[in-house]
Amino acid sequence: MSASGAGALALPRPAAPAPAAGALSNDRAGRRRRLAVRVLALGYLALLLAAPVVMIFYRTFEHGLAPVWDAITAPNFQHAFLLSLEVVAIAVPLNTAFGIGMALLLERGRSRWRGALGLIIDLPFAISPVVVGLALVLAYGRTGWFGDWLTEHGVQVIFSVPGIVIATAIVSLPFVARETIPVLREIGTDAEQAATTLGAGEWQTFWRVTLPAIRWGVVYGVVLTTARALGEFGAVSVISGRIEGQTQTLPLYVQDRFENFDLTGAYAAAVVLALLALATLVAMNLLTRRGRERGT
Amino acid sequence: MAIEVQNVSKRFGTFTALDDVSVRVADGALTALLGPSGSGKSTLLRVIAGLEQPDSGSVHIGGQDMTCAPARSREVGFVFQHYAPFKHMTVAGNVGFGLKIRRRPKREIEQRVSELLALVRLDGLAGRYPSQLSGGQLQRMALARALAVQPNVLLLDEPFGALDVQVRAELREWLRRLHDEIHVTTIFVTHDQEEAMEVAGQIVVMNGGRVEQAGTSQELYEKPRNEFVMSFIGPVSRLGDAYLRPHDIQILSDADASSTEAMVRRIVRLGFEVRVELTLPDGREVWAQITRDTANELELSEGQILPVRLPAPRLFAA
Repeated sequence: MSASGAGALALPRPAAPAPAAGALSNDRAGRRRRLAVRVLALGYLALLLAAPVVMIFYRTFEHGLAPVWDAITAPNFQHAFLLSLEVVAIAVPLNTAFGIGMALLLERGRSRWRGALGLIIDLPFAISPVVVGLALVLAYGRTGWFGDWLTEHGVQVIFSVPGIVIATAIVSLPFVARETIPVLREIGTDAEQAATTLGAGEWQTFWRVTLPAIRWGVVYGVVLTTARALGEFGAVSVISGRIEGQTQTLPLYVQDRFENFDLTGAYAAAVVLALLALATLVAMNLLTRRGRERGT
Repeated sequence: MAIEVQNVSKRFGTFTALDDVSVRVADGALTALLGPSGSGKSTLLRVIAGLEQPDSGSVHIGGQDMTCAPARSREVGFVFQHYAPFKHMTVAGNVGFGLKIRRRPKREIEQRVSELLALVRLDGLAGRYPSQLSGGQLQRMALARALAVQPNVLLLDEPFGALDVQVRAELREWLRRLHDEIHVTTIFVTHDQEEAMEVAGQIVVMNGGRVEQAGTSQELYEKPRNEFVMSFIGPVSRLGDAYLRPHDIQILSDADASSTEAMVRRIVRLGFEVRVELTLPDGREVWAQITRDTANELELSEGQILPVRLPAPRLFAA
């Protein structure tokens, strides 16, 4: 490359990232550029995420703690809160088991249908939750495919808890598998084969070798699943019938309070939802940090 | 236990990894599978362990047909090239894994683990995690883990491949002595002919999915069956279609009836060994391997013309 050409080609080259970064930090224009990028990124975050969340907290506690206490001791709120927890407690373990199984099938299996399965597993991300809800009503409703059979056996799916659980499970289906697959690929099969030569059966190999190796991927998937399940609105809104004190989950309750001009109730419930999500994130962070400290 | 592999073939798609391979390993022997990468040596090892199923042929271990037996019931110890540690377990957990699977009592496991850690010189590191060990320590941990279940056969895939030169030499020597101590039938895979010759009693040379020749290192060196074996085991100097051992080419101080003239083109000094690249009168080139002392006595210099004596070259039927 000619010397004059080097000046014209001032683009950072990927071949030498370390010296380029060092040169940039000494370079005034570079420093200004980095500052601009930071301001832009933080500003975007503040506008999109921080400001609304702060506003919610502010509005909630604007008139002190008493109205908030009233809001969260309301029977309908408490029912919605417990229902949300119940749905999460059922849907998340189901999806965790399914997601791990699916990841194993896709990454370790030998089926010819793996490609197709990989596509299907992402469908819940692609389809609007409202469509999921409608489809469930069509399938499980009185006039649906399974309607007669379900009615005969006295099982009520739509407008009741089973329907809410199914809807929640569907919309949060892909997370565990999607987080686990890359980890499975990365760890490879050597350790599993080593366990086999040491006499471990498939089940023992899974519990003692594979699962511990992928556990951080699984934990992350579980956290995302939990967050998604807690917050699900569209699909649950369609299938639950939104019956106050019966099939109203926390997000539905927020919407209901908001529409009925009970702003304090809406804000308080929203804050509780946000805190639940935050708690999940913090729990994951603590768990992973403890794991990383041990170097495993 | 003796291992007998008969007429094993294995294909991956269109690639033939093993092509009608037969190998016999005597009880208690230490055998090397030697060959370039892609020669099928690792695949053969994995077939013996049951980690791959052969398309045809059979595998007998200790006289028992193990061709269709799953890996977990073959009682083989397998040491993986990259050690395959269980990263979430301590060194003791790794080594005791096979015993734990077999539901041995806790005290027995502890005792056996500490014996093995002493054997592989890792005592004191029982509580460490694999991420806190060096390559050589991981290698020895993997070996102890494989030995813990008292396998009938020990299989090692490129056991020293990922280690630096010094650790390698040390571990080779140590494996040799360990084998003298515990006498378990051992096969290891390597692409390093020096390693194979130094450690193994018997060497199986593989190339392109086939066994080229099997024998002791001396047999392979002195009576190579073909040019591949000759050039893979020890240095070779080519003279047209003929193969010479460069140390068989003598550089003389005085010409005689059996000598011919050659010009010194280049001298490469490698410490004790000196390589002399020579051009013969007809323009062909060979190289001779002489000692430093001989080189000094001859007072070699580049461009010099000297008498050399060529050995009877070896010709292999195509």
